[in-house]
Amino acid sequence: MLEVRNITKRFGNLVAVKDVSMSVKTGELRAIIGPNGAGKTTFFNMISGYFPPTKGSILFQGRDVTQVSAHQRVGLGMGRTFQITEVFPELTVHENVLTAAEVAAGQTLRMLPSRADAKLANDVASEMLALVGLAAKADRLVGELSHGDQRTTEIAMALAQLPRLLLLDEPTAGMGDQETYEITALIRRLHKERNYTIVLIEHDMRVVFHLADYITVLDQGALLAEGRPDEIAASEAVQAAYLGESR
Amino acid sequence: MSSEAGTNAAVVGAGRTPAVPRWVMLIAVWAILIAVPYWLPLLGGYTALAGRVLVFGLAAMGLNLLLGFTGVLSFGHAAYFGLGAYGAGLTLRYLAHSTPLAMLLGTLLGGLAGTLFGLLIVRRRGVYFAMCTIAFGQLWYYLAYSWNDFTGGFDGLRDFHREPIGLGGLTLDITDGGNRFYFFLLAVFALAVGLLGLLVRSPFGHTLRAIRENERRARFLAIPVERQIWLSFSISCFFTALAGTLYALLNNFADPLALHYSLSGYFVVMCVMGGMRTFWGPLVGATVFVVLQDYISSMTVNWMSFVGAIFVLVVLFFPRGLLGMRGRRGSA
Repeated sequence: MLEVRNITKRFGNLVAVKDVSMSVKTGELRAIIGPNGAGKTTFFNMISGYFPPTKGSILFQGRDVTQVSAHQRVGLGMGRTFQITEVFPELTVHENVLTAAEVAAGQTLRMLPSRADAKLANDVASEMLALVGLAAKADRLVGELSHGDQRTTEIAMALAQLPRLLLLDEPTAGMGDQETYEITALIRRLHKERNYTIVLIEHDMRVVFHLADYITVLDQGALLAEGRPDEIAASEAVQAAYLGESR
Repeated sequence: MSSEAGTNAAVVGAGRTPAVPRWVMLIAVWAILIAVPYWLPLLGGYTALAGRVLVFGLAAMGLNLLLGFTGVLSFGHAAYFGLGAYGAGLTLRYLAHSTPLAMLLGTLLGGLAGTLFGLLIVRRRGVYFAMCTIAFGQLWYYLAYSWNDFTGGFDGLRDFHREPIGLGGLTLDITDGGNRFYFFLLAVFALAVGLLGLLVRSPFGHTLRAIRENERRARFLAIPVERQIWLSFSISCFFTALAGTLYALLNNFADPLALHYSLSGYFVVMCVMGGMRTFWGPLVGATVFVVLQDYISSMTVNWMSFVGAIFVLVVLFFPRGLLGMRGRRGSA
């Protein structure tokens, strides 16, 4: 599904990501973790196409997308959410998700409402709202919702574009325990029941170890470890890196 | 952000149910507009005043597609209004005695000028965009102002008048200023506004609102932001130009002031005063504006100071415009 080959990113003299590779299979949930400053976000931004790597290449479904722009990658089937909530606050939840569905269905130039097409996009939007559990709040303005519900709306927007790969940038950032629990349950459901392939960055280790099939650990821009959660938990190198951070 | 604060916000928000259902609003608007010739004289008004409201209302509603629904400010829409007016006037005077042809050519002139100009400025944002639109608008003003032989210069373009419209065997005589011409204006207005309403509710319209709400997010949804803004600008110019052709027909006259940037400012004032996030807001704004102008300018030449004071009051007490109070969704 996603094949990252030896990518490096330099910002001037700073090497933010150094020769990292990663291979994500269809149906897998991969978490990227690491101490602060490990290069997680830089790594993630290269996958989503926010900026290209200095060296190395990225393959998505066998196609080289290294130089493909972020919004073109959306068109190829990469859906993403952001670390900072990015929604359309003065539109309703349903309108947020519907717009995403319409864009994905290639209707950006359709200037008259057509019943058949409208139903298609509407059905996708309704389905995704039901899937993430926001159907009851569909007619509320997103700007008035809780932080957790706004983030969930974002996930529904990404889903409405019918992605093959879902990229989640710190899905529980800024959330309380209850909201974290709910969003974790949602991601687990998307993964287990709907077989979405998911790559996420996450700080909350409970969430990571609860969700991930495989974990990629970065430290100081380099790949430190890779493996199943139990292997990572047992890894001395990983423990050292995290302890080193607290020292 | 703590989750507690978030939960509170969720409880406080009352949702969007508008105070008046949409169909009630629609019936009310059209009933009031159709009945104008019967109730307006009772209030001491005259039908031509209502005609002005429709013309400026349409121009402001056209601008509002860009301003309220796309979130892009143009301070130069008088250019397209004026080009529409001059296009219609010049057609009637030099080309053919045909009202429909005058409207068609006037609308095309204003709309295409906007479409071409839009290509140049679509990457500008905010104040830079607005400044570009003013500059381009003033260009046409000075052209009309100085080209005496062709446009009549400062005195305006005269010696043309609206012609009866042939409809197969029937002839619609709109040459007198009576109710028949008002209903003609209303029919054109209704068609144009109906189109605008469909546009706003289409997937295209949804992408415009998305751009208004969060341009960065819109880009990451793979919405081609520049192209959509350009289209929104162009379409908005076509509607404003159409209003301009009606203005020329209404007055049998086109003057350089129809191109002047101060009129562009009035259009923006109409949108903001009426409620630019609502569909009908600009019409309400235009009504207030035109009626005040008519009423106060008969008493003092400084009518603009009064309109300005009222504008400030509206902005202070109705920050979302007069119709914005009606709940968020005025979009028809």
